[in-house]
Amino acid sequence: MSRVASLLRASLAAVLLATFAFALVGPLANLALWSVAERWYAPYKLPVTYGTRYWEQVFRPTGDAMASLGTSVWIAVLTVVVALALSVPAGYALARLKLPVRSLFMIVFLLPQAFPSVAIYINVARIFYGLGINGTVLGVVLVHAAHGLVYSVWIAAAAFAAVDRDLELAARNIGASPLRTFFTVTLPLAAPGVIASGIFVFLESLDEFTGTFFVGVPQVTTLPLLLYNAATGGNYQVASITALILLVPSVLFMLFIERFLRADVLAKVGA
Amino acid sequence: MRDGAWNYAPSGHEDKRRIMSLSQRQLALLLIAPGLALVAALFLYPLCFSLVSAFTGPERGFSLQAFGKAFELYSGDILFTIVIVVTSCALTALAAVAIAGTLTLGENPWLVGTLRALYRWPLFIPFIVAAQCMRTFLAKNGLMNNTFVSLGLMEPLQAVSYLDWRGIIITFVWKQTPFVALLLAGALASLDRATLEAGRNLGASRLRVLIELALPQVMPTLLVALVLSFVTMLSVLSVPMMVAGSQPTMLTVDMAFRINAYGDYATANALGVITYLISAGAAILYLRHGMAKESAP
Repeated sequence: MSRVASLLRASLAAVLLATFAFALVGPLANLALWSVAERWYAPYKLPVTYGTRYWEQVFRPTGDAMASLGTSVWIAVLTVVVALALSVPAGYALARLKLPVRSLFMIVFLLPQAFPSVAIYINVARIFYGLGINGTVLGVVLVHAAHGLVYSVWIAAAAFAAVDRDLELAARNIGASPLRTFFTVTLPLAAPGVIASGIFVFLESLDEFTGTFFVGVPQVTTLPLLLYNAATGGNYQVASITALILLVPSVLFMLFIERFLRADVLAKVGA
Repeated sequence: MRDGAWNYAPSGHEDKRRIMSLSQRQLALLLIAPGLALVAALFLYPLCFSLVSAFTGPERGFSLQAFGKAFELYSGDILFTIVIVVTSCALTALAAVAIAGTLTLGENPWLVGTLRALYRWPLFIPFIVAAQCMRTFLAKNGLMNNTFVSLGLMEPLQAVSYLDWRGIIITFVWKQTPFVALLLAGALASLDRATLEAGRNLGASRLRVLIELALPQVMPTLLVALVLSFVTMLSVLSVPMMVAGSQPTMLTVDMAFRINAYGDYATANALGVITYLISAGAAILYLRHGMAKESAP
């Protein structure tokens, strides 16, 4: 009797797990199928003809997709540079120096992520239009940097807080200046966390759609905008291939994040 | 007065330290200033801009005219947005509790292992990619309906497209569940196992242990994750634009439409203020729960 019950439980668990796996993987599988479907129409459950014609079209060096990929990566790299230039000093100040109303400053960096952002971006676009930087890479980079700053500042602060103070004191004791101590002891020890925050900002910038939609159009076409244009234009193949390209860095990041973001740093994020 | 003079002129050593701590504070402010300036310029200033624009009438004075127009044209979409976001959050919470609960209390190592390996995948997938996936998956001839037909669960003629409010909810739940489940599983893993084991030993089912013993202890984590998801869903433009048709739609799409089609900033900003109020509502619910918890014995 109990064997029947346990068999029933096991099969119920298997059915639930299969349903879950289908719900999770199904949408991604459909995306992958569309990327290699040359013809796929109504009564057919699977593509009628398979092929790599659209991959060749996307990866043609003169194609839109390659230009968008270049724009996206260039914007993401500049965003990381801007965000780190601002967040390394800010993170150090938050972690190590006496700062009045420290928790208020921490919250200020969170605000851009804690508000519904569309209403903010339409006004940023209006302000940028007045300044003449709407539709420029500079404008998009500034928007992405402000959006990613919460990750870079919070993670950098956690990384600096996790550095052992005794090592800094030892360096000072043997005669190193504060600046030299920072660059030869503190910064190298905090580097994995700072790099992780940079990767976060890079991915946020690469995946960002809403801000670019308002501030970047029509001159700046990043990969998410290309995906959107292809999808609304009915070109499912190009949209799916662009989506797959965008997935690559996200998946790599998920696999390797634990290397960079150690548990002792993670525990201090937001503290 | 001599005492006072002493206070203002302490020993040389202390004086030096006071100057140093003052300069350290200035240094700290100097280091943090550029980052704050960027947030001020690209968040606080546009926020004020949107508030001013929403409450300014055509004659440049204070006016609620934009809100009147917003309610007249978009009251259906305001309701639609609230229903979508609240339903999505509720379903996300259910799914996340089921996943995190299975990960913590599951006894079948094979099931727990597979679930652990699978559930995190959508976490870093961008919303726009999720939207493109669902656009094909949930269509009338998408993979979902095709699979159901192939399995004999459905007749081909019964197939309907889910690319409306249901599609938006499914996409949001699919994308946000891993995030909430990840935070929740972390919180559940750090609970005292002995209490949970004691509950099991006293004969409580695992479901009861989860609902009555474990969940109340991790409620703050669950609520934080849900409030963050709530605001995220209110901010996403790509999912309602790509997954659902034009009417009814979410406020983000309406704002974009007011700007791109009419250059009507007043109404768009009034809708923006309404989205701030909706998210403020979620934040207040969260804070009230937190305070009720603190005042409880």
